Amino acid sequence: MFKMLADGTWDTLYMVLISTLLGYLIGLPLGTLLTVTDADGIRPNKVLYKILDIIINITRSIPFLILLILIMPFTKAIVGKSYGTTATIVPLTVAAAPLIARMVESSLKEVDKGVIEAAFSMGAGYFTIIWKVLVTEARTSLLVGVTIALGTILGYSAMAGVIGGGGLGDIAIRYGYYRYETGIMIVTVAVLVILMQILQWVGMLLSRQIDKRRKS
Amino acid sequence: MSENKKEEIIKVNHITKRYDDNSVLEDFSLSVYEGEVVVIVGPSGCGKSTILRIMNGLEPIQKGEVTYRGEKVDGKLGSITRIREKVGMVFQSYELFPHKTILQNVMLAPVLVQKRDKKEVKEEALQLLARVGLAEKKDSYPRQLSGGQKQRVAIVRALCMHPEVLLFDEVTAALDPEMVREVLEVILSLAKEGKTMVIVTHEMAFAEAIADRVIFLDAGQIEEEGTAEEFFRHPKSERAKQFLNSFTYEKK
Repeated sequence: MFKMLADGTWDTLYMVLISTLLGYLIGLPLGTLLTVTDADGIRPNKVLYKILDIIINITRSIPFLILLILIMPFTKAIVGKSYGTTATIVPLTVAAAPLIARMVESSLKEVDKGVIEAAFSMGAGYFTIIWKVLVTEARTSLLVGVTIALGTILGYSAMAGVIGGGGLGDIAIRYGYYRYETGIMIVTVAVLVILMQILQWVGMLLSRQIDKRRKS
Repeated sequence: MSENKKEEIIKVNHITKRYDDNSVLEDFSLSVYEGEVVVIVGPSGCGKSTILRIMNGLEPIQKGEVTYRGEKVDGKLGSITRIREKVGMVFQSYELFPHKTILQNVMLAPVLVQKRDKKEVKEEALQLLARVGLAEKKDSYPRQLSGGQKQRVAIVRALCMHPEVLLFDEVTAALDPEMVREVLEVILSLAKEGKTMVIVTHEMAFAEAIADRVIFLDAGQIEEEGTAEEFFRHPKSERAKQFLNSFTYEKK
């Protein structure tokens, strides 16, 4: 049983970390694009903003459990099968990307307009402003966002257990729900709780460390 | 400072600026000549800061044009960026990058925008910081500095770009009274070197001491223009007299 839980924990971490990473590969540029093209952004573009806005809203309003099933053909096309940990990464990433885009957007929008203007007044171009000002100055908030994203995706990954997604959620459903082995279910949930706590703790610790605005 | 026929550096030519339906500047023109210190004074909301922002391409205008050494600055970023490198701006609320050290704040634009050699920029940045008495703060973060210190850093940050013109937008307005002086001293020393500057300020004593030319602005119009002596000692218009009187008090 210990082996099973250890494997489950590993599977969960594998799914969550890879999906979050892939989610950021899509969500970070997407969120940046949202910030830049918004009406008060550095390069407003109504049409582009609206299109991205709608796509993100649509993806975000589909309940994850439905999304899991809905994109099964897509998952199968990419991974070759629709169950198991690697396959679960696909719907997790699809669910994570728009969420991450929104969080990146709200983080970047926190950056003081005056500071951005100062950068412009020094002749900085869009690329410099995005990387050296927006992303650098929002890093604390961005890291808090990573923590939230990891937590949310951890929750989603457990849900994927319903369709044989692998990981701790899968174990909790198979043993706790189908076989009435409440003990295993409780232990599994406890491991999930601990994982979440660690994620949150490490995330907050790091974000405090890189926050240069805080009074020491 | 009074050789005639000095070169015109920045010119705002018949510009009109509106915010929504409110006209801030209507058919406004102003030229700034090399080596000259122009001080713009006037009541709040008269468009003083807007003029500086327009000179630096931070404000879209509805009519007219801005030229820099005769070259028209159009709306394209490439053209504005080139000009901005030569026009340094210092803001009322410093606008230092909070997550960067003082040295990083100063070095960012020379290295990334002007693509200058990092080592050379660093050397110059340190020299400039020493000049304003902040050499030992180079590794501090903005939050560790007082308002006056932050504003001196902001001036250094602008200077490090080797600007041909410096724009100061009410740089002491957010400072505690005892910090105003340390910032103004720095600006005065720059004026002595013959730097071209356009200053918007509410510090009348400072304006009188530093200005080669005073522009008194009211409701988006130049109400009066003259040397510091002329404007502060012998104001011609009623509006200017009234404005200057608002800075003096009499015991009843």
